[in-house]
Amino acid sequence: MAETIPAGSTTDGVIQVGQPTDARVSAPASYDVADFPVPHGREEDWRFTPLERLRGLHDGTAVADGGVRVEVTAPAGVTVETVGRDDARLGKAGKPVDRVAAQAYSSFEKASVVSVPKETVLTEPVRIAVHGEGGTAFGHQVIAVGAFAEAVVVIDHTGDATVAANVEYLIGDGAKLTVVSVQDWDDTAVHVGQHTALVGRDATFKSVVVTFGGDLVRLHPRVVYGAPGGEAELYGLYFTDNGQHQEHRLFIDHDTPHCRSNVAYKGALQGAEAHAVWIGDVLIRAAAEGTDTYELNRNLVLTDGARVDSVPNLEIETGEIVGAGHASATGRFEDEQLFYLMARGIPADEARRLVVRGFFAELVQQIGIPELEERLIDKIEAELEASVG
Amino acid sequence: MATLEIHDLHVSVDAEGGPREILRGVDLTVKQGETHAIMGPNGSGKSTLAYSLAGHPKYTVTGGTVTLDGEDVLAMSVDERARAGVFLAMQYPVEVPGVSVSNFLRTSATAIRGEAPKLRTWVKEVKEAMERLSIDPSFAERNVNEGFSGGEKKRHEILQLELLKPAIAILDETDSGLDVDALRVVSEGVNRVRESGQVGTLLITHYTRILRYIKPDHVHVFAAGRIAESGGPELADKLEEEGYEEYVKGGASE
Repeated sequence: MAETIPAGSTTDGVIQVGQPTDARVSAPASYDVADFPVPHGREEDWRFTPLERLRGLHDGTAVADGGVRVEVTAPAGVTVETVGRDDARLGKAGKPVDRVAAQAYSSFEKASVVSVPKETVLTEPVRIAVHGEGGTAFGHQVIAVGAFAEAVVVIDHTGDATVAANVEYLIGDGAKLTVVSVQDWDDTAVHVGQHTALVGRDATFKSVVVTFGGDLVRLHPRVVYGAPGGEAELYGLYFTDNGQHQEHRLFIDHDTPHCRSNVAYKGALQGAEAHAVWIGDVLIRAAAEGTDTYELNRNLVLTDGARVDSVPNLEIETGEIVGAGHASATGRFEDEQLFYLMARGIPADEARRLVVRGFFAELVQQIGIPELEERLIDKIEAELEASVG
Repeated sequence: MATLEIHDLHVSVDAEGGPREILRGVDLTVKQGETHAIMGPNGSGKSTLAYSLAGHPKYTVTGGTVTLDGEDVLAMSVDERARAGVFLAMQYPVEVPGVSVSNFLRTSATAIRGEAPKLRTWVKEVKEAMERLSIDPSFAERNVNEGFSGGEKKRHEILQLELLKPAIAILDETDSGLDVDALRVVSEGVNRVRESGQVGTLLITHYTRILRYIKPDHVHVFAAGRIAESGGPELADKLEEEGYEEYVKGGASE
């Protein structure tokens, strides 16, 4: 039956302000990989990650050899540039917070900058296709949306690659940015990256992170607010199969008054050695009066042998807030549930499908992008077909 | 005319120290339109009979036969049995996270009927059935059995019974844990299905109380894994007076 993990009970670290800035990470944030010690696996921010499967991204032995093709398709009015390391727009959203993110920042040669001019409302999404061709790559991407502009960006990751890449979202005052990042890699890929959003005054950021593929995927979606009135909605959906490690480590830094955040991540796991990790850190600093935040993580374990680590963590330094809450629960699809559904005439594979569809349906509807909804449902069905049989 | 025939049924469960025999040669024939009450003390094997007929994997049939109109029920998977017309209203209905009652009912009805019910008539059918069982309409959007009270779970079982219209309905201690009002509502539901004359009912109960609402044609006393005595409704009256003592003496399976 559904087992509720009491809020915060599985955490053994809390966020502190001052030095070090973040007790969960092994070193202060920095652009330089040399500022981070090579992790050995016992650090709070690495203890869930199988380092031996990172293919050297964490210890400096990974060597870039290209192997990733990036294609950007953008509607008229959008500027797409490839820039050098010294471009002033890079690194503005925030510093890398772990060694692999810093490695990516220290190693990329060219960055891609997608800009939506102020007050431009796109009617078509910007599509960024990242296709792995078997190699190792470091990358950096900036998506900048000007004041009062509105854009949807869909980033698709496919193929096989070993990738460490960071993405920055710069959201201008009053702008609206929706980003969908789909990790639909082959089951051999390794993908580590930090996605940092800097949310402007009264701006709205909606992130949808969808992870189906990869041997190992470890992402850091992070939100910081540049001015009051910002709003961030972070949705995530993962389907972790046999042998996959999928890790989402969220951090929302409420350092500005009157901002809102809402997080909902849901994952299903199937097969032995499937491992999902969800870390949800929310920090409400003393200055962030009027904050309203909620985060939720739900997991559905479909078969024996799968493992979930779900760690919500809320640190509040001011009482002058609108609301703050979190919830985490992991439920198991049991033989008794299967029996119950089958005893009503429903075949076993359909019973499993029914449960998983139902589990994700609410979240998929919340995302509010009809085209994506259909694709997600289809993909979930395909995942089920592939692993049930 | 559907007929369920149970012949010399032996069933074991895995226990510490090897398999333990629970059912020790059950013989019973239930015909469409008939209602059989199976009564017995705790541990006599009543629920094992119910779950074995539905095909729960925990129970191993070691001997005997079960047929529905001559078809070998024991060779069928759990879902095949349900589609063949066997329905088990469970004593402890299971919570199914992520699946709404309305989705569950429709998927089930589609499986049992062999085609998806027409949406317009289906919505009406469910709504009316829920009203008759005093189930709040909001239940349609709740997850199956999640957070339901004991009485709500039982009403939900009978709702399924009414919608799925099985050939054989096995009601496993549907009365347990119900207050008088809920018992009446649930019994009325069962009686509506029975009145169709299309269902053979196997009513498994510990208490005679429910037999005031659902009148059986036959009463069987279950003890030590088999039927110890069979009779008409008067046998229930005797049990009401005397309890199970006579059957438990020297007959307990422990």
